[in-house]
Order: sequence, then structure tokens, then C-alpha cells
Amino acid sequence: MAKRKRYKRTPIVRPKKYCRFKKSGIKYIDYKNPDFLMPFINEQGKLLPRRITGTSLKYQRKVAVAVKRCRHIALLPYVADQMK
Amino acid sequence: MAKTNYESVVVLTPVLSEKMMQEAVLSFEKLITENGGELIHKENWGLTKMAYPIQKKTTGFYQIFEFAAEPDAEIVDKLELAYRRDEQVLRYLCIKLDKHAVKYNERRRNGEFNKAKKADAPAAAKPTAPVAEAKVSPVTKDEEA
Repeated sequence: MAKRKRYKRTPIVRPKKYCRFKKSGIKYIDYKNPDFLMPFINEQGKLLPRRITGTSLKYQRKVAVAVKRCRHIALLPYVADQMK
Repeated sequence: MAKTNYESVVVLTPVLSEKMMQEAVLSFEKLITENGGELIHKENWGLTKMAYPIQKKTTGFYQIFEFAAEPDAEIVDKLELAYRRDEQVLRYLCIKLDKHAVKYNERRRNGEFNKAKKADAPAAAKPTAPVAEAKVSPVTKDEEA
């Protein structure tokens, strides 16, 4: 029986992601401040997933609600071509 | 029962004159206070650019109320009904504030955030500044004495 060749993957070293709300002790996310919500949306105005921003589940839910409220009062667009 | 804190944001049409806008704001304020609500804070952003057009208008007068009321008083229902009936209102949003939000708004009002200071400079900066001075001055006098 031929021995299968095994490749060893070299791990890519990335800085560890962290939840910025837990780190800086922010408990409430203001929906009236669109500039604060900018890091959590892409240039089309869509919400960024947790795996990219590193936000914990608890605060990701709050971010989502805040962004949706912000869109409703027309401080953030629902759809955009180029935001940033 | 304990009172609950609410926050309400209204966007009014830019067609209104400054006076008409203030009249509309006053009428909503009246509605809150007459129904047993306690107005904690109000904020006017003036004419602000919106992120997308509503009813073919690209700007709007933003007005924010924060008030405490009994949940049984159905004050939010009454307020929302008034908003819906009023043609000057482009958008409205009424939300219940949790304890963290109440704390955050208090800090924001006292101007602890730089961004908040710029936003409500005409409304909040004037009343807060003399209070801060009054608090500081007696302490310094005592130290001197």
C-alpha cells in the first residue's frame, strides 16, 4: 500500500480578534450616531458579520438593532453604492 | 408602578418655517406632559441632511424627546397616533430605554462625549455650562480659604 503524502499546513498568524464593546466597557449602542456605527457596515450599507468585526454575539445583536433604527430615521442608508 | 424612560425621534418636513417647526414641537411636548409624562430632555438638531430622500425631501428637522412615563398611561400610543395624523412628520421612532441607555443619555447630556457636544451645542451647551461653573467655584473658594 502506498503511503499517502501528508502536507503540513503553515498556520497564518493573525492578531486575535476581540469584542470592542467588552474591551472598552460600552453597554449601550447609540443609534443616533451614524459615525459610530460605520465600522460595522460595509460600503453598501450592509451589516458586517461577526466573524469580520469580532463583536461578541450579545453586542452584535445590539449593533444590528442600532443600525436598523439608524436607517429608519434616515441617518444611515438602506442601500448605497459607495458610502466610504 | 415605576416609571419607564422612553425616547422619541421625529423628523419634520423641511418645508416648515422655523416658527412652525417650533410650534409643532411644542404641541408634541404638551401631549407628553398633559398625559402625565415627565419630559427629561429635548434636543433639536435643526435642518439635517438625510441619508436617503423621504417624500422627495432630502433634509429634515430632527427633534428628540426623552421622557419618563407610566407604562399604563399608553402615552407612546397617543404620541404615535399624533405623529401619524400630522402631515408634517416624515418619520418617527419611539423606543423604550433600558438602564444602560438611561445612563448613557445622562452622560451624553452632561457633555462627556466630544461628539455629543457638537451635536447639541445650541440646545444643551448653554444650560450645562453655568451649572458646571457653579459647582466648581465653591470648591476652589474653600481651598483658598
